[in-house]
Amino acid sequence: MSGKTLYDKLWDAHLVRQDKDGTALIYIDRHLVHEVTSPQAFEGLRLAGRQPWRTRSILAVPDHNVPTTDRTAGIADPVSRLQVETLDRNCAEYGITEFTMLDPRQGIVHVIGPEQGATLPGMTVVCGDSHTSTHGAFGALAFGIGTSDVEHVLATQCLILKKTGNLQIRVEGTLTPGVSAKDMVLAIIGRIGTAGGTGYSIEFTGSALQALSMEGRMTVCNMAIEAGARAGMVAVDDTTLEYLAGRPYAPSGELWERAVTAWSDLHSDADAAFDSTVTLDAAQLAPQVTWGTSPEMVADINGVVPDPDDEPDSVRRDGMRRALAYMDLQPGTPISSIRPDHVFIGSCTNARIEDLRAAASAIRGRRVHAGIKQALVVPGSGLVKQQAEAEGLHTLFTAAGFEWREPGCSMCLAMNADRLQPGDRCASTSNRNFEGRQGQGGRTHLVSPVMAAVAAVKGHFANAAEELD
Amino acid sequence: MEKFDTVTGLAAPLDRPNVDTDAIIPKQFLKSIKRSGFGPNLFDEWRYLDHGEPGMDNSARPLNPDFVLNQPRYRGAVILLGRENFGCGSSREHAVWALLDQGFRVVIAPSFADIFFNNCLKNGVLPVVLPADTVEALFTATAATPGYALTVDLQAQRIVTPDQGAIDFDIDPFRKDCLLRGLDDIGLTLQHADAIRAFEDRHREAAPWLFDKQ
Ligand code: SF4
Repeated sequence: MSGKTLYDKLWDAHLVRQDKDGTALIYIDRHLVHEVTSPQAFEGLRLAGRQPWRTRSILAVPDHNVPTTDRTAGIADPVSRLQVETLDRNCAEYGITEFTMLDPRQGIVHVIGPEQGATLPGMTVVCGDSHTSTHGAFGALAFGIGTSDVEHVLATQCLILKKTGNLQIRVEGTLTPGVSAKDMVLAIIGRIGTAGGTGYSIEFTGSALQALSMEGRMTVCNMAIEAGARAGMVAVDDTTLEYLAGRPYAPSGELWERAVTAWSDLHSDADAAFDSTVTLDAAQLAPQVTWGTSPEMVADINGVVPDPDDEPDSVRRDGMRRALAYMDLQPGTPISSIRPDHVFIGSCTNARIEDLRAAASAIRGRRVHAGIKQALVVPGSGLVKQQAEAEGLHTLFTAAGFEWREPGCSMCLAMNADRLQPGDRCASTSNRNFEGRQGQGGRTHLVSPVMAAVAAVKGHFANAAEELD
Repeated sequence: MEKFDTVTGLAAPLDRPNVDTDAIIPKQFLKSIKRSGFGPNLFDEWRYLDHGEPGMDNSARPLNPDFVLNQPRYRGAVILLGRENFGCGSSREHAVWALLDQGFRVVIAPSFADIFFNNCLKNGVLPVVLPADTVEALFTATAATPGYALTVDLQAQRIVTPDQGAIDFDIDPFRKDCLLRGLDDIGLTLQHADAIRAFEDRHREAAPWLFDKQ
């Protein structure tokens, strides 16, 4: 009999019951909540006269709608304000811990969970947000759910699920300097496609993965959903433990010791069988830039915009043509000649301290190019912001011409006032380049933090690997 | 949720892959704290020529004549034909609420994104996965035949075409039963409250740190 994968172990450890047809009830350890996908769930709970099953499993934060400029005066947009106030009210009513907008710990839900140690190895973690896959970096089973399931978890602490397949993505070797976790995951999505992980949970393995910091692992797992997989995960190792030790919600003392012993099993067994394995060589990876309206439409910085005429599949060919028209790009255009007019460094993919350090390292002493209309840095949380300021990164950014903002989702999805205008072209460290994602008619190129910073100072995309030395 | 038994009606084609939930319902409409009223903003950026914001009178906005669902022949459609990876992207259930509010009860595509698929099943919208060539044939027939209507019979797991052709489809038996009976999951799960409590006790024993702080 073959061994278990990490996913199998996490699944088995949370299985409450299972029907003959495989329909399972899975217990949820951590429920993260934000203002956009929860109001209807709380309303449903209230209408049915139900109570949350275990309020202490819940951590709530407003992030999608909050302004990133001075917020002491509250939220100007009345509709956004109502949504944030509704979260405040629901949390107060049910006794749920919430980091409210003015709390220094407030930030993007997928940044604050790990930062607080509220995401732990071996947990099941859910949130009404597809990028919940981020938390899998800790050897947790973490995935996004819709609002009906948010209500379901509130009421029952469980979800009705069927087991997915096991997909292993192995990245071996060493990344070239200037090539980051973001490039790795964009290259993976370019390889397997945005539906390549559908029906699977992905475990990311290999020496290049193990060499990544927790921030890097979170970046990779964050975008597992862009490869179609609900969950992405990485085995627990010393890097995981070092990151978690001493965090506010992590166990301490004797419980920490016990937990560490239990967590040592959170890896796939050597003889575990995956349904499928994809292997990449880290040394071959160059910085990546998306050219289209889906994360799989990605190319090397040294490459060119592809020609739809070379695509044999007619549905895909039409999709490429539509994307190029939307992006206003011609086949054969060198990626490095594309000139963004906005730069956004932020989002749950790349707004952690390491990301800000990487971006800062590329601008040191240089100024934002005259062709850039706006360059934003939006830290992932209040604590990331504090840390960056303690290191003086904010003065580096502002001296270069970047705007230094308050934490939140911001221009990742443009639900607040930060958004592109029609035709604007943005180098963005976020995770989605869909039509209109950053503002109606806006054009998004997904890149790493260092690539975004390089684009900001040069006024066009350029190979960060070459810029750094 | 509303029961799903048999649905008969017009099919409308949305001929592009990777239709994401941002496109189905743009973010500015997610600020609502209600479950209803999203229909007029379904596919807002493709459907209208101007920029939509919550609170606008949608009936007064200029329609995009090039957007396929604006063609009079597809008015009142209840079945949406899609391409690969339909519903990818954000987990927003608002996407399904918008489809439902607009009158769609069935989405047919060669593949769906997981969370969207699941969200459909929780709201009485039937997502049907069919082989790509079968979907292709439905696109062709819909384009060629104004008034092309299908009957989707969930009990029989069968789609009947106007020429009496039959296309069988698969569905998870548990989800089928929930749809046919209009059952919500929460009530079903709470029937197992004792099992959940027993699990929780064992779990606390094995991993007390999960229950320690917070
Ligand atoms: S930063 Fe972007 S992707 Fe992440 S949770 Fe916020 S809106 Fe979603």
